[in-house]
Amino acid sequence: MKRPLKYAYFPGCSLESTASEYNQSVKAVSARLGIELVDIPDWNCCGASAAHSMNRQLAHALAGRNLALSEKTGLDMMVACPACYIRFRTTYQVAKDEPIQKLAIENYIGMSYRANHQIRHLLDVIYTEVGLDTIKSQVTHPLKNLKVVCYYGCYLVRPPKIVAFDDPENPLIMDKIITALGSEVRDWSGKVDCCGGSLSLNKKAIASKLVHDISDMARKVGAEAIITACPLCQSNLETRQDNKKNKIPIIYFTELMGLAMDIPDSRLWFKKHLISPLNLLASYGL
Amino acid sequence: MQYLNKNTIVVNDLTFARKIIEIGQVNISPCYQCLTCSLGCPVAFAMDYRPNQLIRMVQLGLKESVLSSSAIWLCANCETCAARCPNEVDIPKLMDALREMSLKEGFASQKSIISFNRSFLHSIRRWGKQFELPMLLQFKLMTGDLFSDLDLGAKMLIKGKMKLTPPHFKKSAVIKSIFRKSEGPSR
Repeated sequence: MKRPLKYAYFPGCSLESTASEYNQSVKAVSARLGIELVDIPDWNCCGASAAHSMNRQLAHALAGRNLALSEKTGLDMMVACPACYIRFRTTYQVAKDEPIQKLAIENYIGMSYRANHQIRHLLDVIYTEVGLDTIKSQVTHPLKNLKVVCYYGCYLVRPPKIVAFDDPENPLIMDKIITALGSEVRDWSGKVDCCGGSLSLNKKAIASKLVHDISDMARKVGAEAIITACPLCQSNLETRQDNKKNKIPIIYFTELMGLAMDIPDSRLWFKKHLISPLNLLASYGL
Repeated sequence: MQYLNKNTIVVNDLTFARKIIEIGQVNISPCYQCLTCSLGCPVAFAMDYRPNQLIRMVQLGLKESVLSSSAIWLCANCETCAARCPNEVDIPKLMDALREMSLKEGFASQKSIISFNRSFLHSIRRWGKQFELPMLLQFKLMTGDLFSDLDLGAKMLIKGKMKLTPPHFKKSAVIKSIFRKSEGPSR
């Protein structure tokens, strides 16, 4: 580690509710790896897909307020949810490229915004700033024999000009981190396919088909769990799997890190899952 | 100019493409119909028109068919087309502009998707963040689909995955003012 790592942390709405286990594991793992997380005071919902689908000015303003608040802390921003991450990176780019848009955003939010801080995703910070060597040195309980696939979904890799810190078609950062924990990471063809998360509640048949395809691909390569960094993918992949088949647990990469690093609370996180990974983990003595 | 299809006569709106390009700030003329977008699109199987067809239809000024299509709302915003287009046509950006115009001009189909978006935005307006329980209740009331996923909702409540009290948020006046300004005179 080169310098003290300190970020303005944006968890996002999901991490305060449906994905609270992700939030807990992010905080615990960050503390273990020496990443200091500073709360952004009174942040609001980023607007996600709903805002930019209905009203783009509203979308930029909702994202822009959080950007301005995080810039005010004097720190770079670290985002856990990929769906928030792409909104912030998009608005940041617009504010940077189009001075008129930047003025409009400032007018909407009633704050100044300079657009000269960095917006990083948690996965990028852990891989690039902390590094695999430090991660390996913290592993006290290697996850031997656990066969998994890493699922990146959409917004960690696409569109590459806005978000990507890894290859848009074959990203490997998460694979490398999970391999460093001792797991057997399988290569597969579903890692950047869309799970249809934005249609999970309003077009269930479409979301279910996409989830079935992804979980079938994971089964085909012998994966026992799917690892993700996105609360919306996790929830959609958990809730829309095929009831007629053996369900595959969907685990946050930070949860596995916590388990491999023997963080005391890590087993409590798994109790929140709708598809429990506890039996699978127990079968490997984890 | 008129386009004849089996049942209807579609009148081309030759200003349509220009308006969309202007409000969306998106260049669609480099599209040479290679179909990369539609072949990689995860929801193309469910769309009435595929992404490459939509681009051609915008170019041809088939305004009503485009704005009332299911495709513009079924688009999951996954950005696969944008990442793969050899001519860098930003289709997701085009979709945003089309959706916005279809709402403004009253063409929007796909009630369940729009109802979800409205419930989602209403939650932000009211609480600054997502408050899932009332948001989902509102969505269900808007669509009249009260009984689906009740078992799932119950499981999520038991697992503590949904808050029972509103999220912490103080500056609600600021958020309300953002919403008012964004709705502006054009809505």
